[in-house]
Amino acid sequence: MTIAIPPDRNDSSKSLQPKGWLKYFSFSLDHKVIGIQYLVCGFIFYLIGGGLASAIRIELTSPLSDFMARDVYNQVLTLHGTIMIFLWIVPVVNGAFGNYLIPFYVGARDMAFPRLNAVAFWLIPPAGLMLISSYFITGAAQSGWTAYPPLSISTPAAGQIIWILSVLLLGGSSIFGGINFIATIIKLRRPGLKLLQLPMYCWAMLGTSILVVLSTPVLAGTLILLSFDIVAHTGFFNPTLGGNVIVYQHLFWFYSHPAVYIMVLPAFGLVSEIIPVHCRKPLFGYITMVYSIMAIVLLGLVVWAHHMFTSGTPPWMRLFFTIATAFIAVPTGIKFFNWVATLWGGKISLNSAILFSCGFIINFVLGGITGVALAQVPFDVHVHDTYFVVAHFHYIVYGGSVFVIFSSIYHWYPKFTGKLLNEKLGQLHFLLTFIGFNLCFAPQHWLGLNGMPRRVAEYDPQFQLINQISSVGALIMAISTIPFLWNVVYSAIRGPKSGDNPWRALTPEWLTSSPPPVENWIGEAPLVTQPYGYGTHRNENEDLSSNEAGNVREQS
Amino acid sequence: MVKTSTILSISIGILLIIGGVWVGQNVDLLPVDASTNAPVYDELFKVLFSIGTILFVGITGLVIYSLIKFRRRPGDSGDGQPIEGNLPLEIFWTAVPAIVILFVGIYSYDIYDRMGGMQPLSNNAHNHHEMSTQQRLWGGIGSGSVSSSTPGEEEPIPIEVTAMQFAFLFHYPKGDIISGELHVPTGHPITMRMESKDVIHAFWVPEFRLKQDVIPGQPTILNFTPTKPGRYPIICAELCGPYHGGMRSTVVVEGMDEYQEWFNKNSKTVETTA
Ligand code: HEM
Ligand SMILES: [Cu+2]
Ligand SMILES: [Cu+2]
Repeated sequence: MTIAIPPDRNDSSKSLQPKGWLKYFSFSLDHKVIGIQYLVCGFIFYLIGGGLASAIRIELTSPLSDFMARDVYNQVLTLHGTIMIFLWIVPVVNGAFGNYLIPFYVGARDMAFPRLNAVAFWLIPPAGLMLISSYFITGAAQSGWTAYPPLSISTPAAGQIIWILSVLLLGGSSIFGGINFIATIIKLRRPGLKLLQLPMYCWAMLGTSILVVLSTPVLAGTLILLSFDIVAHTGFFNPTLGGNVIVYQHLFWFYSHPAVYIMVLPAFGLVSEIIPVHCRKPLFGYITMVYSIMAIVLLGLVVWAHHMFTSGTPPWMRLFFTIATAFIAVPTGIKFFNWVATLWGGKISLNSAILFSCGFIINFVLGGITGVALAQVPFDVHVHDTYFVVAHFHYIVYGGSVFVIFSSIYHWYPKFTGKLLNEKLGQLHFLLTFIGFNLCFAPQHWLGLNGMPRRVAEYDPQFQLINQISSVGALIMAISTIPFLWNVVYSAIRGPKSGDNPWRALTPEWLTSSPPPVENWIGEAPLVTQPYGYGTHRNENEDLSSNEAGNVREQS
Repeated sequence: MVKTSTILSISIGILLIIGGVWVGQNVDLLPVDASTNAPVYDELFKVLFSIGTILFVGITGLVIYSLIKFRRRPGDSGDGQPIEGNLPLEIFWTAVPAIVILFVGIYSYDIYDRMGGMQPLSNNAHNHHEMSTQQRLWGGIGSGSVSSSTPGEEEPIPIEVTAMQFAFLFHYPKGDIISGELHVPTGHPITMRMESKDVIHAFWVPEFRLKQDVIPGQPTILNFTPTKPGRYPIICAELCGPYHGGMRSTVVVEGMDEYQEWFNKNSKTVETTA
């Protein structure tokens, strides 16, 4: 059953919302405002997390622990990981773009539960502030983002408890968001719009939200038990009281492996929206893409113990998790071949959006290859918990998700603001990011293979040169944010007008004005059954849109 | 026309495969191999590196080629061909990765077996009186009992490893030696029973290509046979507190005679047959 929403719900609270830029600081119920709130808030945390990363890379320019105290180093490391995952990537690839785009894609005027949506966002800033302020008040948690007991039980309790509380809040936010996305995609579709006509990002968000709803509660339960061990001296995970530390690892990774897909499946969805527009070609293999997403969701739930190959797991378990993990590469591979096939024979505009998307493909393929290698038990026992793993997952989360976030900002900025970004600055940003990123992380594969463990402030002097090269890469990455920040701020104020549809895109969010009106469309939502109909059914869609408020304007 | 382009792409493919295999065989990214485990590991590494190189260069090449070849020319505002899929092609690139993954899986299973990963856990080699029978033993790679595999082989040397913040201690039950450095003779199987006193640590010797967590409350086992004399670092690989980066020790692999000499010098018991 699908419900069409009448244009005006006479929602009295809506008229009480502040207007103009003030609305971004309010408890707004507008999914677009909430989306931007997620994005900007996430980006601020990204800058903080990036500052912490720079501190780590400065410490590692010399083999001695000389830049900060050892326990401070571990705090910085823990904060960096936690912020980047829970306050930047997860909220932005899900919350920001999901909120902004999903209602457009299903032809709705808002999310299914607008108030829950606002609550989900407003849990994030206090959780983040709490986490960061713990550093100044009591000292932050220092047991890594994985918080393995008994280390997390024996390090100072206050910081660890604050860490648990803020991760619980963020997990709650994520669950609220997930429920909302599932309800919106399943129930709020415009009449006449079938599931298999939805843009790919909807499928990605449906799959991701299923993962969120199934796995995040397990993390919450686990962290609550851990907090009991810390404050009430229970013995769930405390070996001196008969607890079992391995059980924690199983429970933690039951969430945290799916979490890596929570960070990357939405990114897959976003890329699937961006590439067809700038290649002027339909998305290749729509149906196989949908099946791949669902296969990744299913397999993603049964691979967690590949993070525990050296924890003393029995041989049959190692074997099972090796096979399950390696097979994720098959549906993932299909998606990559389909994107390349979408590029093939297109008319590709070499702009910042497509450059970041293609940078994503290249980086992620490398991260996926090292992932399949890591899934092989005999390979993993050497490189587990070394810089090789650090390189692997940064190729995935930075080279993958972060590149896609930038690509998406270049692609949807005109939608958000009605202004165009400066293309030259965008390309400079891409070049610096791509070079800096690879210079920073590629050498870390070698470090891991040759004996540098992760999460250390001091290391064997033979690794100094390579660490310094890596730090230079990090410096270039830090510099690369300057043209980006300048570009988004300056263009918002002074940028040229973009018109409603500068990319001549066919997906529904472009078939209204830019920025869109409060309830997304004046009049009824258009029925877009061919979101990727480039080269074929263009006329149909153009007719459709010209009936609506948003005219498709041609831009040079 | 069609013919030349097919010939061209097939030859590029073959070149890529040959190049990838060559790179994999000749790449030298690993430290020296100093245990029976290590050369087996390096074999796997070479195969994975070859496959990885072929895939990475292939896909990167396709992306860059597409970006150049199919870039929009100035003034062209048309669309590309409306190709929405191609079933044979999609089946092809589902099947190829599936086969590659299957091959890698079977191959690495074989490697794992050769490293002793599939042997049943057995604690014959350990002093029975020290262990309560209820205590579950957890195995690392090569955890199968070395002595039970081939009769007539040398009896492995048992060593008890204790990890604590921030050091490793090695106890040789035979001579009741406690040492901060691990001494082992070349070519002789070693069986270690490891337990932590506080938090989780990990025992890692990059030159042995072996790692096993050392866990409080749950003893773990690690078996290996060193092959090359030398001094290699023992590194803690699991975050264990502020001095985690400094938690290191050394394994001294030496000839049997030197080992015996070290053993006799430190042994507290008179009878010394290793
Ligand atoms: C082809 C797909 C992938 C495979 C086969 C794979 C495999 C693995 C394996 C086996 C590990 C454990 C390594 C170790 O600790 O020894 C690992 C670690 C990790 N992977 Fe992946 N991975 C894949 C894709 C991803 C994706 C999509 C993400 C995230 C978006 C990701 C993020 C991570 C992270 C964050 C870690 C490190 C966790 C930690 O210990 O802190 N990986 N991966
Ligand atoms: Cu995982
Ligand atoms: Cu340690």
